[in-house]
Amino acid sequence: MNESITLNYDVDSSDFTRAGEASSNVKRTLKLMDVDPEIVRRVAISLYEGEINMVIHSYGGEIKVIITPDEIEMVLRDKGPGIEDTELAMKAGYSTAPDNIRSLGFGAGMGLPNMKRYSDDLKIESKVGVGTTVRMKVYIS
Amino acid sequence: MSEFYNSVYLKEELCMGCINCIKRCPTQAIRVRDGKAFIIKEFCIDCGECIRICPHHAKEVTYDAPNIMEKFEYNIALPAPSLYGQFNNLDDINILLTALKRMGFDDVYEVSSAAEIVSELTRKYVAENKDKWPIISTACPTVVRLIQIRFPNLLEHLLPIYAPVDLAAINARKKAMKETGLPSDKIGVIFISPCPAKVTAVKSPIGIDKSEIDGVLAMKEVYTILLPFMKESINDVEDVSKSGRIGIGWGSSGGEAGALLMDNYLAADGIDNVIRVLDDLEDQKLEQLEFIELNACAGGCVGGVLTVENPYAAKVKLKRLRKYLPVSISHYDENENSNTFWTEDVLYEPVFKIGNNMHDSIKKMARVEDLCERFPGLDCGSCGAPTCKALAEDIVRGVAKEEDCIHILKDYIHRLSGELSRLDGKK
Repeated sequence: MNESITLNYDVDSSDFTRAGEASSNVKRTLKLMDVDPEIVRRVAISLYEGEINMVIHSYGGEIKVIITPDEIEMVLRDKGPGIEDTELAMKAGYSTAPDNIRSLGFGAGMGLPNMKRYSDDLKIESKVGVGTTVRMKVYIS
Repeated sequence: MSEFYNSVYLKEELCMGCINCIKRCPTQAIRVRDGKAFIIKEFCIDCGECIRICPHHAKEVTYDAPNIMEKFEYNIALPAPSLYGQFNNLDDINILLTALKRMGFDDVYEVSSAAEIVSELTRKYVAENKDKWPIISTACPTVVRLIQIRFPNLLEHLLPIYAPVDLAAINARKKAMKETGLPSDKIGVIFISPCPAKVTAVKSPIGIDKSEIDGVLAMKEVYTILLPFMKESINDVEDVSKSGRIGIGWGSSGGEAGALLMDNYLAADGIDNVIRVLDDLEDQKLEQLEFIELNACAGGCVGGVLTVENPYAAKVKLKRLRKYLPVSISHYDENENSNTFWTEDVLYEPVFKIGNNMHDSIKKMARVEDLCERFPGLDCGSCGAPTCKALAEDIVRGVAKEEDCIHILKDYIHRLSGELSRLDGKK
């Protein structure tokens, strides 16, 4: 099935003012497409969490959102320090965010748990010192 | 509600076809077609931003003329609290209310007094509906309409209580019928409005079946009529005001939320700020709030396009007027206020959608993306759409064509002239 549309976004590291651009844009596009509001909400929340993670932890990267009639797939690929212990990172409340990030109100250790909660499928591939790729899927039907 | 009514309209003879309004419109509801602005009804939320920005005064609001009072035997004025902030050196609201009577109204029912009742009901509703926190205020019709067409996930947070003006209208009519013995249709309930959105809310209400308001006057018009009567009234002031600090506070931003007597609220004003708050709220970026007050106009209702005074100056004036008043004068009475909750469901209206199903949407969205790649991305507005993306969407919707883009047209003409001269050379 090649019936799909792909949206691409770049994410800069440490640029909080721009964080959320991708998720807002995807949200707007999905609403134009008349996707069920609850699906749009779940995509927007999980994508925003992922975007923020990239801003906080990575050295920058790109987001690809592939929309098909059956699902919305989000691929967030970054260059960065990678995740040492993926299982630990998935734990609610666990965070490696530095103090200056926490003082901004981020780094509560809820990013990955929320991404898991709001998506139907979450896969993380990470290489320490190289980068991380997060794949999330939200099924439409 | 499936029919769209807008109170903002275009005076075609004044429109120059410039791009000021299409650029300013927060819902991208305006296009310039054939040299004139055109409002897309279903996208318009009657915020009045285009009226503010139009240098040619080509945008206007539909409202009634004061002679609408001649239609009725008995007329009641419903002044919005923002009216109190329009006058210099006014130190007693009763002077203003007495002047309203001298100008021809038989009685006055302050919207601010109904607002105090709404505040009381809201406090109760917020406390009893924790699962719906944050509760979003619904007094600003522009905000409600915006949520209805753009933020479906937030509909359940809307405060399902009559807006103060609607409650005021019901109470005023009841009171008049009781006092005069006249039938309902002989009584005119006339609202003095700071904005176009309130006019729309009368003609096509959201959440309630039918508005009890018979006419809407523009605050700026009433202002000039009232001034001489106010001078007359000073020496013979009637004590009619039934509003305290809470009711009058509703006239500017923060007043409604402040009346809930809690700290856990957010109050945003100005349409762009409102949209940002709603976007963040939808993405669950705002947590642990109990109430959100949103006003489409900067400064709140005192910033409406039908007002006269600078909104921030008006806000100070309201503050002075409130200073020595009791906290609240009007209170909820079960016998007097029978229906205070919305009677109609408020449903999502996906007016912006471009496809009929997922397959159709993907096809059309792909075409939008494809067109955007070919457009210069300058968002110059020369095509009559606010952005290149909006033009692409219009083309996919079938209401515009590629050559509306002057850059595409230029390339086309360039190619054509190249071909012509080549043909010419072959001769």
